[in-house]
Amino acid sequence: MKVLVPVKRVIDYNVKARVKADGSGVDLANVKMSMNPFDEISVEQAVRMKEAGVITEVIIASIGPAAAQETIRTALAMGGDRGVLVKTDQTVEPLAVAKILKEIATKEGAEIVILGKQAIDDDSNQTGQMLAALLGWSQATFASEVKLDGGKAEVTREVDGGLQTIKVNLPTVITVDLRLNEPRYASLPNIMKARKKPIEEKTPEDFGVDITPRLKVLKTTEPPTRSAGVKVESVQELVAKLRNEAGVI
Amino acid sequence: MSVLVVADHDNKTLAEVTAKVVTAAKQMGDEVHILVAGQDCEPVAQAASKLDGVAKVLHADDPIYSARLAENVTELVVGLMGNYSAVMSSATTASKNFMPRVAALLDVAQISEIVKVEAPDTFVRPIYAGNAMQTVQSGEAKKVITVRTTTFQATGQGGSAAIEKISAAKNPGLSEYVEDRLSSSERPQLTSAKIIISGGRGMQSGDNFKMIEAVADKLKAAVGASRAAVDAGYAPNDMQVGQTGKVVAPELYIAVGISGAIQHLAGMKDSKVIVAINKDEEAPIFQVSDYGLVADLFKAVPELEAELAKLGL
Repeated sequence: MKVLVPVKRVIDYNVKARVKADGSGVDLANVKMSMNPFDEISVEQAVRMKEAGVITEVIIASIGPAAAQETIRTALAMGGDRGVLVKTDQTVEPLAVAKILKEIATKEGAEIVILGKQAIDDDSNQTGQMLAALLGWSQATFASEVKLDGGKAEVTREVDGGLQTIKVNLPTVITVDLRLNEPRYASLPNIMKARKKPIEEKTPEDFGVDITPRLKVLKTTEPPTRSAGVKVESVQELVAKLRNEAGVI
Repeated sequence: MSVLVVADHDNKTLAEVTAKVVTAAKQMGDEVHILVAGQDCEPVAQAASKLDGVAKVLHADDPIYSARLAENVTELVVGLMGNYSAVMSSATTASKNFMPRVAALLDVAQISEIVKVEAPDTFVRPIYAGNAMQTVQSGEAKKVITVRTTTFQATGQGGSAAIEKISAAKNPGLSEYVEDRLSSSERPQLTSAKIIISGGRGMQSGDNFKMIEAVADKLKAAVGASRAAVDAGYAPNDMQVGQTGKVVAPELYIAVGISGAIQHLAGMKDSKVIVAINKDEEAPIFQVSDYGLVADLFKAVPELEAELAKLGL
C-alpha cells in the first residue's frame, strides 16, 4: 500500500511574519523557510507506518517554487522514498492544490494521503478535506492517533471538547494534529542518502489543472495592536480594579 | 438568494457560536436560514428558530447525522446549495471538518475564519496566526465561509422562524462514529466562557492547577493552559489556548505563569480585559495585558482566591 504525503514550504514557525509596508503581502525576502510543522508530523506518521510494515512506499509531493525541492529533500531524509515536485511560482490556493494532489494520488495508486491539518502561512485548514471530497474518499481530520485495521483506519481526532474516535473506509485522507507524534531529526547519513532519491518534476499544466486564484487579495495589514496597561502592586489592588474600573467581576 | 447557516450543536443544545455566525450572515444582506442536521435534535431546531434575524430553519433529523460525520453532512449541504448564495458556519472543529468538503464539491474557494464582513463579497481574515490580516474578495457564485466567532456578537432572541422538516440525503457510508471522550467538567467551555483563567509553565505541575481551579470556581470561569503547560503534561490538550489550540475572546482573561509566546497570544489577544500574573517583569505577556501583577503566583493566586471570597464570590 502506497502513502502520499504532501509537504509545503512555509516561513519558519519561529520567525514572526512581517507585513510589507505597502500592504501587498507578507515579506518573505531573506526569511528562513522550513517545512510546515504539521507536515513534518505527517511525514513522520507515514515513515513509522512503513517501518511497521503496514505500508510499502512513502511518496512525498510539494507544489511551489523550485526551492520547494529542499522541503521534499528534508522529507526524503526523514524516510520518504521518492518525491514529486509540481513547480510554479504562482500562489496556489487550497482548491487548486487539492486538484493537483488528486491527480498525483490517482496516478500513483496511493490508498492513503496524510497531510498537515493546516499550513501555518495562510491558516486555511482546507486542503485535506477538499482532496477527500474530490477523490470521493472518506476523511479523518485533526488526527492524534491512527490505527490501520483491515480495510479501515481507526482515527482518534482532536475536537473542541476533547477527543473523538471514528472509523473510516480505505482509501482515505488523514489530516494530522500536533500531538500525533514527535517528528524525528534526519541523521547525516540519511541526509546524504536523500540526495540520491529521485524527485520527479512536473507543472500544474501536466495535470491539466487551472491554478488561477479564485480569491483576490485586496490588501494585507498589520493586526490591531494592544498596548500595555498598568502594573498593579497587590492582589487587592488588582481585584479592586477589575471590579470597579473594568467591571468584569 | 438566501444565506444558509449550518448550526453547531450536540443534538440537545444549540451552540452559542451559531448565534454569532447568524450575526455575520445577516451582514451578507440576504435572508438567513439555519440548517440543523442531527438525531433527535428537535430542541436544537426550536432554539434556532428563536434567533433574531432567522427566516427559516431546515431540520434534518436522521441517525446518519447523530455524530455529524463530515461525509454525511457534506452530502446534505451540497444538495441544498441550489437555493443559496452562501453557506456559513463557525470555525469549530466540527465545521472545519465538513465545510472545505462542501466547497470542493461546489468547485469554489472557501474563505476560512473571517473576522469581518466588509461587503457581501469582501472579508477580512487572519493569516500567519494573526500576525497579519488579509482582505479578500471572492467572485465565486456560491460562497463557503467559516466564521471566527470571537469577533462577532451573538444575535438576539425573539425570532419565530418556521421550522421545515427536510429529508436526509443519501448516506455515503464512508465512515462511522466510534466514541467521544470529552472532558467532563462542570465549568463553562473555553470557547464560550465569559472569564478564563489559564496556567503556563510557571505552574510547575499539574497538581498546582488546583489553585487556578479554585479561582475559576469563584469566578465561574473556564480553565485554560498554554502550550508549554500542555507539552509539559500539566494540563490536557483540549485546555490549550493558542495558535494550535483554541482561539478565545472572553470578557476577562487571566494569564498565570504564562510568559506570552506569540503562539499563546494568537489565541487570546482579542480578550476584552487581560490580566497577567508573572514573577518575571520582563515577560512579554505584560505588553498585552491591561493589568499586570509582578508576583510569585504561588502566593498571588491563593491571595486572589481569598480576595474574591471576601467579595462573596
